[in-house]
Amino acid sequence: MTKFITILKKPVTGTLISIFFGFILAGVILAFAGYNPFSAFHALITGIIGRPKYLANIVVKSTPLILTGVSVAFAYKMGLFNIGAEGQYIVGALAANLVGIFVNLPAVLEIPLVIAAGVAAGALYGALVGWLKARFKIHEVISGIMLNWIALYFSNWVISLEGISKPNTSGAYPIFSSGWTTFLPEWKSTEAAADFMTNHPYLGDVLRTDFNGGFIFAIALAIIASFVLYRTTKGYQLRAVGDNTDAAEFAGIDVKKNIIHTMLISGAMAGLAGALNIAGNAPHAVMQLAAFEGNGLNGLSVAFIADGSPLGCIFSGFLFGGLLYAGQSIQYMIGAPSEIISILIGTIVFLVALKDVVIVLANKLEAREILKNKNNTQDKDKQVKGGVQPC
Amino acid sequence: MKISRTLLASILAASMALGGCAMDEKDDDTYQVVMVTDTGGINDQSFNQTSWKGLQDFHNKNGAIVRYLESKQASDFTTNLDRATDTYPDIVWGIGFSLADSLLQVAAMNPDINFAIVDQAFDETPQNVTGVVFKAEESSFLVGYIAGLSTKTDKVGYVGAMKTFVNDQFEYGFLAGVAYAAAELGKEIEVQEQFTESYSDVAKAKGIANKMFANGCDIVFHSAGGAGFGVIESAKENNQFAIGVDTDQSYLAPDNVLTSGLKNVDVAVESISDMDRQGEEIGGKTFSYGLKENGVGIPENNPNMDPEVYKKAMAIQDQIINGELVIPSTEETYNEFITNVIQK
Repeated sequence: MTKFITILKKPVTGTLISIFFGFILAGVILAFAGYNPFSAFHALITGIIGRPKYLANIVVKSTPLILTGVSVAFAYKMGLFNIGAEGQYIVGALAANLVGIFVNLPAVLEIPLVIAAGVAAGALYGALVGWLKARFKIHEVISGIMLNWIALYFSNWVISLEGISKPNTSGAYPIFSSGWTTFLPEWKSTEAAADFMTNHPYLGDVLRTDFNGGFIFAIALAIIASFVLYRTTKGYQLRAVGDNTDAAEFAGIDVKKNIIHTMLISGAMAGLAGALNIAGNAPHAVMQLAAFEGNGLNGLSVAFIADGSPLGCIFSGFLFGGLLYAGQSIQYMIGAPSEIISILIGTIVFLVALKDVVIVLANKLEAREILKNKNNTQDKDKQVKGGVQPC
Repeated sequence: MKISRTLLASILAASMALGGCAMDEKDDDTYQVVMVTDTGGINDQSFNQTSWKGLQDFHNKNGAIVRYLESKQASDFTTNLDRATDTYPDIVWGIGFSLADSLLQVAAMNPDINFAIVDQAFDETPQNVTGVVFKAEESSFLVGYIAGLSTKTDKVGYVGAMKTFVNDQFEYGFLAGVAYAAAELGKEIEVQEQFTESYSDVAKAKGIANKMFANGCDIVFHSAGGAGFGVIESAKENNQFAIGVDTDQSYLAPDNVLTSGLKNVDVAVESISDMDRQGEEIGGKTFSYGLKENGVGIPENNPNMDPEVYKKAMAIQDQIINGELVIPSTEETYNEFITNVIQK
């Protein structure tokens, strides 16, 4: 029983229980809508692990989510709610796209340059939010949301300009192929490639997708962010400000500087997500957007499912990306609307927010256990006093 | 620790078991069609939805398996087209020219599957790809002509999506139609034009239409796909007329939709899928659908239109079908049309 309580008390247990109940609720909704939940979940699982390329696609889909998740989680440790990750993602993608159109260098220089442009743009855009907060006390949620819209329309305007807008499409020119991080991009549409793919079902399957090196960045960054937060002085300062701003200031930590630094780093990570998407995924260009694609906003959900832990974002990012990608299979195979996946994700996030209930439950169980033990020992004491030997 | 190790092992085992058997084999018995939408989604009240309707009709007629995949972002196009090939369909439809590059790429990797694309004609069409284009200029000419005959303020508006060759068909067809009506009535009719730069930004299209109505237009035509809802909403709020596009959009605002420039994507999707089902060779070609093929047109019932105007429009329609009147679809042919037809 004590062991059970210890497990319940671990933060990850609450999250797993929330995910489990999220699936149950989605199943109930599916059943009410007239679809068999079991065949739906079978389609979902097949959509995740059915073929090697599904896994590859999930990795591709999850990469930006992990990065924006880490971006949000990092800022959250300092008490900042970086809802502006969406805008930082957009400017990152735009900057990477522009550099990739106008500069043509060999791949070893082009790829770092394209990515650096995105990181720099995202960092500056994030730092702007931090500066507004530090200098004028403008809440980062307000400025973040406003800057998201500015980024969206600015991006739409820039890519409609002549020389950037690709004729007869709704987007910009793609970046030079030397900037692509996709594996073997040129070779893929050749006949030799078609032969190879038929002869090597598993490897060929993965090569069909936009599988690229971006996820290595994402995982590495999650580890680095975790290291910075928990193993460096800077990270200690950031967390101290997040826990108690006044106390941190009293202890001699420069709060304003740290706010700007945090937003700069957080923005850089969201910008990196945008740049990697341009470098790694077809069409390698920014498109006209009517609404947010949600790469940054989904990062909020990813960070909260991970309970604000950068390492946890790797897992919740894959969960999120997997659900988004494989959710289509539910719709594809059994015809249920793809919105069901949005409901599933929404339910999980909602339940994760309520997961402290599990801790309360664990505490209650523990209290009862202690009481029982106490009663038992009292009984034993009485028995001993009464002269009866316990067996 | 022990628990987690057992768990990991069982997950791996399960994934291998499922992964091993899930590589579907081709099922030859039933004809199968898959369509991939563009970012407008399946309920765009426009050509994605119409295409899906065509496939549902196709299914009702011959029991074929029909499926769709929705694209949420441009990076989904290749992924979704590729996903569509997993169930070994007989034909995969890409809805909209945005999917053209992705479609060529996926078609090259799957030489055994036929692909077809709406609104795209390739310079060189591969053997397993079919292009489908519509003479949208013909229906746009008709609605332009109707707008020219119906306007009371001598000002009409046009809300386009963005400058592409598909949009040019709507724009110059409409302009030519208005000019033709103006010449017939012997007066000047002003056309105000603006672009939304998007197929889904409803708010922007609504703002543009509001401005046009405020500037004295009494009829606004749009070719902005899903964004065009905004134009119809605006017409309703200003109690003026909008002209719908792609489908008969009068149900959106029964009193404020004058007519609609139909683009019967469903007819094309259904008939080409059927040609392929019956073993006709459709690869490597581009099919063109105009008034003659019932690929475009205007609805039969237009309660808000003067019956006289409808009669005149039908006379023009006959001329177009006979080939007496050739409708411009580009800026160049439009200018020729003005000098050769209107100014005579």
